[in-house]
Amino acid sequence: MNVISNEPETINGVRENAVVPSVIAARRRRRIIVNSLRVLILVVIIGGWQLLTSVGVIDPFFWGQPSGIWAQLVTWVTQGTAQGPLWEQIATTLEETILGFIIGAVLGVTFGIILGRNRFLADVLGPYIKAANSIPRVTLAPLFAIGFGLGIQSKVALAVVLVFFIVFFNAFQGVREVDRSLLANARILGANPSKLTTQVIIPSALTWIIASMHTSFSFALVGAVVGEFIGSIQGIGLMIQTAGATFNVNGVFAAMAILAVVALVTEALVTALERRLLRWRPSTVNDATI
Amino acid sequence: MKELTAMTQTQDTQNRTTTAIELHDVTKRFLTPAGKVYTAIHAINLSVASGEFLAIVGPTGCGKSTTLGLISGLEKTSEGVVQIMGEPVQGIDPRIGYVFQSDAVFPWKNVLNNVATGPLFRGQSKSEARKKAREWIARVGLAGFEDRYPYQLSGGMRKRVALAQTFINEPQILLMDEPFSALDVQTRTLMEDELLTLWSSLKASVVFVTHDLEEAISLADRVCVLTAGPATVKGIYTIDLPRPRKVEDIRFDARFVELYQRIWEDLREEVLISYERNKQRA
Repeated sequence: MNVISNEPETINGVRENAVVPSVIAARRRRRIIVNSLRVLILVVIIGGWQLLTSVGVIDPFFWGQPSGIWAQLVTWVTQGTAQGPLWEQIATTLEETILGFIIGAVLGVTFGIILGRNRFLADVLGPYIKAANSIPRVTLAPLFAIGFGLGIQSKVALAVVLVFFIVFFNAFQGVREVDRSLLANARILGANPSKLTTQVIIPSALTWIIASMHTSFSFALVGAVVGEFIGSIQGIGLMIQTAGATFNVNGVFAAMAILAVVALVTEALVTALERRLLRWRPSTVNDATI
Repeated sequence: MKELTAMTQTQDTQNRTTTAIELHDVTKRFLTPAGKVYTAIHAINLSVASGEFLAIVGPTGCGKSTTLGLISGLEKTSEGVVQIMGEPVQGIDPRIGYVFQSDAVFPWKNVLNNVATGPLFRGQSKSEARKKAREWIARVGLAGFEDRYPYQLSGGMRKRVALAQTFINEPQILLMDEPFSALDVQTRTLMEDELLTLWSSLKASVVFVTHDLEEAISLADRVCVLTAGPATVKGIYTIDLPRPRKVEDIRFDARFVELYQRIWEDLREEVLISYERNKQRA
């Protein structure tokens, strides 16, 4: 009896000891392969681009050249851009994006919760919100440029409008989807309407609201850059606009690269915020994303 | 208040026999999405004595939960009156506790804050509420789990959180809507024993809704059988099994089996009616 009852344990023990290192090793091998392939793809694209432009298959005047883009970046960093130092351009665009994002998100969450809680108001305003949402909102850019001038206000306004609707619809939906038994439970436990909103409805809708933050932040950036295209005195959008107007294709690509870095860094910040606010959820979703 | 504590023996016994919950000809109708009127419960008369444990059994979807909703004040009657401690129900009464069928603990609060929710909502200070919450967490056997979030707990542990969350408010009336139906059999038996222990210390009146007759008989002083919807009272049985009871043992008691057979006769008819109806609908 003893032998029999002991056997599975030993087998399990042996198995675990043998399996675990091999699983870890396999995982590490996979990671190395994935990373090497990533680097390889980058090298092939940029190397191929550089090669094809230097041998004359692709015309660098129209399609740019990696070495030219790099040179442009170095010039911008060391000597500044046509409209001032590079960091000032990045700061301007970031300022417009963040201001637009914050104002748009706060307005979106507020109105989403108010209309989500008040069915009557939602029914009355519904058609107008749908109509407003159906307008492609970048078409408002010229309007804002006229109304708010060439300063940052017109870009912030555009970013606000872009962010507002995304956040609004998510917050609205989030409020509507709150678990009924959670609401009933909170009421039984003694929650008054304001506590119900702050302690149950907002935390519960937060999943939806946070999920919309990723999209809306990139839309805020789009708003800022498009606003700068239309009329501005500073910003990365203006750099792209100027470079394009002077047939400086390398300049357009260089500005795009800067935008990509800005977008990735801010995206990482939003993800960090999300993890902080949603730490009560199982982390599988977060871990699965790259 | 001082006079109350100095109550004489006779008054005390009188007090115990007063009714905690009374339903007079209570009817509840709903408007279905298709625009039809659906009667969930029809002319129910029911009373629960103070300190009594009443179980309500009936076929699924017969209006058991609706009855609890009406007592709690979460829903209003279409006809008839529901009284609590002799007064008609108007809104949610702070003397009521309600344990839901689904997981109704707040997933964004850890165990400590979940249990402290009631006292905080009822205006106690944070430190006071937390102190009390720690006591109740210990009483339901979750000491050491204060910082966990609900997703990190098993179904049985989440139910313990729900019990602590309800009991911390020291309800005089406790409504329970199939609270253990999602648990596995072993865990359920443990939780039922746990509930009996907590109830005996709290002396609350309990209305316990379940579809499980065995559970109803093991726990209750009286079992009320409802008819297939619209629900009316089909029969009420007094369970004269001695207390304190051990849920895992009592089901082998001869008296238990006898009671089970008698009530099951009644219940079976209703279950069959409800089953036939569902089959026709499908």
